[in-house]
Amino acid sequence: MALIQISEPGQSSKPHERKLAVGIDLGTTNSLVATVRSGKAVTLPDEKGEHLLPSVVYYAKDKSILVGTAAKQHKITDPLNTITSVKRYMGRSLEDIKAKESPLHYEFVQTDSNVPRIKTQAGNVSAIEVSAEILSVLKQRAELSLGDELTGAVITVPAYFDDAQRQATKDAARLAGLNVLRLINEPTAAAVAYGLDKISNGVIAVYDLGGGTFDISILRVTQGVFEVLATAGDTALGGDDFDNVIANWIKQQLDLDADIDKSLRNQITHAACQAKQTLTTERSADITIKFPDKEATLTLSREQLNSLIDPLIKKTLLPCRRALRDAQVELEEIKAVVMVGGSTRVLRVRDKVGEFFQQQPMVDSNPDTVVALGAEIQADVLVGNKAESDLLLLDVVPLSLGLETMGELVEKIIPRNTTIPVTRAQDFTTYKDGQTAMSIHVVQGERELVSDCRSLGRFSLKGIPPLVAGSARIRVTFEVDADGLLHVSAREETTGVESGIEVKPSYGLTDSEIEKMLLDSMEHAEEDIAARMLHEQQVEADRVLEALAAALEDDGDILSEQERQKIDAAAQQLAKIKTGNDDRAIKQAMQELDKVAEVFVSRRMDSNIRKAMAGHNVDEFKAQD
Amino acid sequence: MTSLPGSELFTQNHFELFALPVSFDIDLQLLSENFRNLQQNVHPDRYTNASDQEKRLSVQRAAQINEAYQVLKSPQRRARYILEQQGVVFDEQANPVMDPLFLMQQMELREALSEVKSKDDPGSALEKIVADLKLARSEVLQKLAEQLNTPETADLDKASQLTHELQFLDKLQSETEMIEEELLDSL
Repeated sequence: MALIQISEPGQSSKPHERKLAVGIDLGTTNSLVATVRSGKAVTLPDEKGEHLLPSVVYYAKDKSILVGTAAKQHKITDPLNTITSVKRYMGRSLEDIKAKESPLHYEFVQTDSNVPRIKTQAGNVSAIEVSAEILSVLKQRAELSLGDELTGAVITVPAYFDDAQRQATKDAARLAGLNVLRLINEPTAAAVAYGLDKISNGVIAVYDLGGGTFDISILRVTQGVFEVLATAGDTALGGDDFDNVIANWIKQQLDLDADIDKSLRNQITHAACQAKQTLTTERSADITIKFPDKEATLTLSREQLNSLIDPLIKKTLLPCRRALRDAQVELEEIKAVVMVGGSTRVLRVRDKVGEFFQQQPMVDSNPDTVVALGAEIQADVLVGNKAESDLLLLDVVPLSLGLETMGELVEKIIPRNTTIPVTRAQDFTTYKDGQTAMSIHVVQGERELVSDCRSLGRFSLKGIPPLVAGSARIRVTFEVDADGLLHVSAREETTGVESGIEVKPSYGLTDSEIEKMLLDSMEHAEEDIAARMLHEQQVEADRVLEALAAALEDDGDILSEQERQKIDAAAQQLAKIKTGNDDRAIKQAMQELDKVAEVFVSRRMDSNIRKAMAGHNVDEFKAQD
Repeated sequence: MTSLPGSELFTQNHFELFALPVSFDIDLQLLSENFRNLQQNVHPDRYTNASDQEKRLSVQRAAQINEAYQVLKSPQRRARYILEQQGVVFDEQANPVMDPLFLMQQMELREALSEVKSKDDPGSALEKIVADLKLARSEVLQKLAEQLNTPETADLDKASQLTHELQFLDKLQSETEMIEEELLDSL
């Protein structure tokens, strides 16, 4: 992992300087990084000119790590130490993985932390760490190409990723030393990349079939606002499954057992993938499998391929129907269907999707890059390079969020397809006399039984006053932020006893685990951590001061002279302290400034709202009527 | 969670927030236009470079706007909201008083729905139910509008009853959709 660069105090981030931000598509099969060059989003190539980085990581005996094409070369000879399609394991428990994958492609080891690890000759690694290796390579590529440290990154995730999968992605980015500006959904990113020049206002559908995940999103585009109306999908369905059905067909044709050795299995999977690709342009594909003593050749026609993959394509059309219904949109209202993801190269997919939506879908010449480009367009706006931009993404919660109640039933708190950010509270009560603690189990999914949903985490609220059953009032608040991540807190209303969690413990890494991983990855751990903390606080202080100065310049007139003086004094204090090397003092000075600026912040937000609504008031409405 | 300095904007009701008159019939286009307008100014994406405090406030405000938008967009929630503003308390546990005629119609629709799958032509049987539901729903919406377009003069008991009817119909509609999905799956 690259060490963090430390700029000299006072030299970092001058105001109004163009900031470096990237968009990253962390894909099942391939990953990409994009940035803005001369006002246009472009993907960045490696030194050999390759834009796509295969999402493959090889762990060598000498503990060296290879990523990308170099790693891919080891897939056939050393499959157990060459990790592919790691995205499928993100945020999953060992049970989940076993249920979806048989036989398992790797040897897994269960650890105390609930995060399963893959056994390699260089040690046991979690999916989060494997993903972090891929992200690190992309980060280095971007910094090398842009010549400076990145301010931040937007990373894409499948729209149908649940909370655990999103959290795992964010953890991987943190491990790779990336500042995550936002996690955004892949189909939304694709819509942005397409929408800005090719689509005018209206309702569009984005059909995104990647290597291992499928998403369908229905969006309404209005003057730069991309409002997701509904999303549905399957986080374990993609091109890999096409390869698998072809591979099974090959095995059947060759009378091979289910438990053939791993290297032959990989050879067959590889051949299956090649045949699939050939059939996008040819009417038939030859498949050759090498055995120690012989060679076998088969021919797969396009018609045969179609009948093999039709059931899988049909599986993608059910979510399409559900998304349309949830969006309360009729088929005729869909103005365009955008095809995204490598697997939409398969002609049968295009035909079937066209049939379903009763129109010719739009296929980009390069369906692999649109997601990264869209992420970068958003990153450029978020980092502040495009103050005048109208671009705004309003996304939704893909799967309902709820709590376990009596009888192992799920009480839904936030239904699927609710626009984020969202805050919902629900009151619960005790069921036993004198009950002083309550266990809170947070789940995600559409089914009624807890066991059919995904467990996101458990926590308990202790110190409830002992009362008669049913008289305590416990308010549980669910908050989903703009990254789609859930935060839950609980509070006993009569006493104010409070408890909160970042929902992650079930299958995520704990903060201390991440810190340990960060430490392990650094040679001079302690000094590095201290330097990194100081640097982070200094960057943060610069950011705060810059934002405040800009806000005061625009709206300083809403403050009284006295209020203004207080804020200016606190800002000067912070500016002074940040040149020192005490990270805690900087943090404290920031908190001070926060406190005195509270009035300004709140008043300014309200004044923004008033300005927004000026000219849209009741009187005008009545006058028009 | 820290409480932020009070904002009179967010203590006002949902209709005022979107600059709309309090009425059951609303201009949905103006509602969504004003919704986008508000989010353009308040959404956390507009505050990525702001102080933590501003970020927090923006998440809260954006969530409030989203919630108000959802309430006003849904006829059932909108009706409930208007009634709650008029002091009506909805008790989830208690059984509401319903019009016997309406209940009869409900039972017939439910019975028809439960028999759909065993019909020779389930598709057209379902289509008939969907059409009946649509008609029943539009009648209720019409009556709700008569009452709640001018909440001050509304018959609150009558309007509450209509709101319960709408809730019944919405529930039946989602059950119909589930059966429709099952039918399509089995094709």
